[in-house]
Amino acid sequence: MSQEDVLVGFAAIINEVAGVPIDDVQLDKAFVDDLDVDSLSMVEVVMAAEDKWGVKISDDDAKNMRTVGDAVAFINANS
Amino acid sequence: MSREVVVTGMGMTTPVGGDVESNWEAVLGGHSGIIVIPEAWVDVQNAKIAGIMAVNPVDVLDRVESRRMDRSQQAALVAAREAWAQAGAPEMDLDRLGTVIATGIGGVTSLLSAYDTLLERGPSRISPHMVTMIMPNGPAAIVGLEIGARAGVHTPVSACASGAEAISYAARMIQSGRADVVVAGGAEAAIHPITMAGFAAMRALSTRNDDPTAASRPYDLARDGFVMGEGAGIVVLESEEFAKARGAKILGRYAGAGLTSDGHHIAQPDPEGEGAARAILAALDDAGLATTDIVHVNAHATSTPQGDIAEAVAIRRALGAATDSTYVAGTKSMTGHLLGGAGAIESIYTMLALRDRKAPPTLNLVDLDPEVNLNVSGAGVTDLPGGDIAALNNSFGFGGHDVAVVFRSV
Repeated sequence: MSQEDVLVGFAAIINEVAGVPIDDVQLDKAFVDDLDVDSLSMVEVVMAAEDKWGVKISDDDAKNMRTVGDAVAFINANS
Repeated sequence: MSREVVVTGMGMTTPVGGDVESNWEAVLGGHSGIIVIPEAWVDVQNAKIAGIMAVNPVDVLDRVESRRMDRSQQAALVAAREAWAQAGAPEMDLDRLGTVIATGIGGVTSLLSAYDTLLERGPSRISPHMVTMIMPNGPAAIVGLEIGARAGVHTPVSACASGAEAISYAARMIQSGRADVVVAGGAEAAIHPITMAGFAAMRALSTRNDDPTAASRPYDLARDGFVMGEGAGIVVLESEEFAKARGAKILGRYAGAGLTSDGHHIAQPDPEGEGAARAILAALDDAGLATTDIVHVNAHATSTPQGDIAEAVAIRRALGAATDSTYVAGTKSMTGHLLGGAGAIESIYTMLALRDRKAPPTLNLVDLDPEVNLNVSGAGVTDLPGGDIAALNNSFGFGGHDVAVVFRSV
């Protein structure tokens, strides 16, 4: 799975959960500081990502996902 | 010296309309919002009919905000935005702004949907928004956040009297000096196979499934139970002094409220109407009005065999001879019963009746029950007198809650 495919997948999830425009979801963007995804919405993002890519994301793993790029890298390394 | 409380904004979404004026047009025109519930699950239900909101709140609200809210919260927010805009969205000291929004059952459909998810997909798939969607104070909290209220956000719960209790609580906040402006009302969206089955098990629901618009028929001999409805009604209450200082248009006057309890039975009304009559008299006393001042009653009138008679007895017990010169209307004949939203939407209908000097019809009243000794409005609109007039809204709830609210003309 390419990095681009995972990014597109995250963009769709973040748009659905938090209403962030798809084009704003880029690898260097931070969930909280740039995209205004709050902690509850982040839980939803993690659930949707687990379902989409069939991975398990622990709370500790999720805490380390500061940027979209961190989350994409996690999916690529674990799915 | 308690402060005068006025109404400067009104908003609603119900089975007969998505805003106040469409509601009033529908109600004066005698249009029913009752339909067969368009869901496959009704096939096995005894009662298959309800009043579904005419305008789906998710079609009005932002998609992302909608998915974090229970349907009752969505309805409250739609109605609150209409009311707040009509009041002119006052810029004010937020420490003096409150919210009191009631519900009878809270986010029950969200709770049950989450339970389905739990059984099908396990605990890890429960939404992080589930708790704030099911809490009964959810509609009040959502609206309080929307306007930034910091004088207090409250949720009285008294079943089908909740909406009226919220308005009286809000008025007290203003009268006691805690707040200058309070956004108040009630919301309910509890149409679900379990609630329908539960009310049907009490034999409380109409089963006139083959003729939905004729099913809610308060005071009619052929009535056979209430019809579930959903939606919200919200008003902006403020001290007259504050409203005048900011040049707000005054739409109605809150005059007083009476709150009592039957001490009789968990679900059945006291057939003597004693508690309800005391609530009406307490409301008149609070308002400083006489029985002869009440020209119109928007009755609780749910269309249940026992409840309608108990209320008729209570009204006559309280108003005495003045009962003969007041027009009683049962608008649930059109909207169905919004439970915790009922007292709020019906308070708005009561104020609109005073504004336009028109008592709304009671739909489906063909044969007045001979045990009902009231002037019940029939199919048409009844003109109300000019001058200073007042009207009463009654709400009663399972648990024996009796709430009467009185409004005066502007």
